[in-house]
Amino acid sequence: MASRSAAAIVVQGSLRARSRDWGGSILQVLLVLALLFSLATLLVLVFDQLAKALPVFQERGVDFLTSGLSSNPANAGVAQGIVGTAVIAVLVSLLAFPLGIGTAVYLEEYAPDNRFTRLLVLNIRNLAGVPSVVFGLLGLSVFVAALAAIGMGNGRNLISGSLTLTVLVLPIVIITTSEALRAVPNTIREAGFGIGASRWQVVRKLLLPAASPGILTGTVLALSRALGETAPLIVAGAVLGSFSNTGASVADTLTGPYTALPVIVYDWARKPQEEFRALTAAAIIVLLVITLIANAVAIVFRNRAEKTW
Amino acid sequence: MAEATFGTRPPNSPLVGTASRRRSEAVVRLVLTSGGLLSMAISLAIVLSLAYEAFLFLSSIDLSQLVAPGWFPRRGMFDLLTLFLGTAMVAGIAMLLAAPIGLATAIYLSEYASPRVRRTVKPVLEILAGVPSVVLGFFALTFISPNVVQTIFPTAQGFSFMAAGLGVGILTIPLVASISEDAMRAVPRSLREASYGLGARRITTTFRVVLPAAISGVMAAMILAISRTIGETMVVAVAAGATGGSLRTANPLGPGQTLTAAMASLATGSDQVTGDSSAYLSLFFLGLLLFGVTLLLNVAGDVVVRRTRQKY
Repeated sequence: MASRSAAAIVVQGSLRARSRDWGGSILQVLLVLALLFSLATLLVLVFDQLAKALPVFQERGVDFLTSGLSSNPANAGVAQGIVGTAVIAVLVSLLAFPLGIGTAVYLEEYAPDNRFTRLLVLNIRNLAGVPSVVFGLLGLSVFVAALAAIGMGNGRNLISGSLTLTVLVLPIVIITTSEALRAVPNTIREAGFGIGASRWQVVRKLLLPAASPGILTGTVLALSRALGETAPLIVAGAVLGSFSNTGASVADTLTGPYTALPVIVYDWARKPQEEFRALTAAAIIVLLVITLIANAVAIVFRNRAEKTW
Repeated sequence: MAEATFGTRPPNSPLVGTASRRRSEAVVRLVLTSGGLLSMAISLAIVLSLAYEAFLFLSSIDLSQLVAPGWFPRRGMFDLLTLFLGTAMVAGIAMLLAAPIGLATAIYLSEYASPRVRRTVKPVLEILAGVPSVVLGFFALTFISPNVVQTIFPTAQGFSFMAAGLGVGILTIPLVASISEDAMRAVPRSLREASYGLGARRITTTFRVVLPAAISGVMAAMILAISRTIGETMVVAVAAGATGGSLRTANPLGPGQTLTAAMASLATGSDQVTGDSSAYLSLFFLGLLLFGVTLLLNVAGDVVVRRTRQKY
């Protein structure tokens, strides 16, 4: 620094702003505060629920996770909710992922660029913006009615619930998969066609592997969304209040009455007894662990896979 | 979309492959096409089922029942204004919180933050966006309402539009922030460099150059956020309290119902209404209204983007 010439010092001095930029500094502080608001809210939320839930986990331990619903707060647990949420996770994955990825492949790689395709894309984007409770109505009037018609009890079971959530997350899977496919450069496709691969071979051997991190992120986020949704399940007939499992067989689980973790949270949150406040918080912790882990996994996938071609 | 791959199609020449290969390609194309058509079928199913049952609802009641002192579906009082007022209050409160904080977060992340800060902060925002809404509803009821709302407004009740609106607002911040940030980061560097080259300070560059250039994206973010706040169900159902019905009210510090909360309440427990009663059918009528309003907003968001987008 000592070697700076006199001219450089003069030039630098005249380039520096005449006075401190107070407006800029205040703005920057405000911006940081806005950012911290979100972070603080998340922290307060998690710790507030943890503090409220702690007594439940201390007193009940694993018993809270393994006992069934009950109107008696002393022995109410979330076992049926965990079963319901797990079955929903499996069914939604089996249905929504292949359908969503297939649709995205069609739109990106097969569909001709015509008015109908543009209408399809517009339609899917709009479906992604439809409030979730409306999907519950669709589930009620289509899936529940259809299952009841083919003799599956009253149709209000895990199958209709999972179908409802599948329809809900399908647009999310399609949109994220489309974006991942679009990010694969055309040179990859041209190289595939150049060595004589058919379109499907290019998709299966080149594009899907190249886009897999993005696709994985989208599917995990969609799954986490499905597991946290409450409104569609309530409308489509998940049970509020307690019920007894008629049997332990897989068929009974699939076709009998059901609930899911977020539905239990909603049910308990409305109960007037003070004891249910702590139970609600404990159920929330279980739900948060599941959805936040799914979210974190998705984010890690994406950060690791951010590839520049 | 498809135009990106247009030039890469193999030419339609003798190089079409064997018959079996063409057959399997055709099968794949058929399967994938039906997937694309399914989304169309879903939309149609939504519109048709909602419209049909909403029509049944309207023909089962006397239209004067749509104007009443309140929304009490089981007593035949279907006052839409009650629900619209509630929805407007919740959406307004939520946007008063989410718009400034979301936009400020976007400005900070796009114009001020170092890459390292951005890499650590963005995931936190995404996790906040991933919190299930019913959890935020409980948080709004048991934390925001007693500790924030009732501290600032001592007259506020335990269940209130204010607490629900703040809860919805918290859920909406990440949406506003992420779409606005994308829009601002899409503004080319050369514009900022030109501004700095003229001697502008960072605050001037941000507000006179970057923000105007990104205004279409920011507007779209706000419109989509409003649509989201209108459609949010569980926060309001838990934190705004009123089950069964509500008198027409414009008091943000008291309990009440919105379009969405009324639907949740119609579908649940104590008020469970089934069969072909007009209360049950009103569920679908509300769904149709909600679908229509959010669809309009989403389309408006698209139009705003297209009208005001500048190409660089």
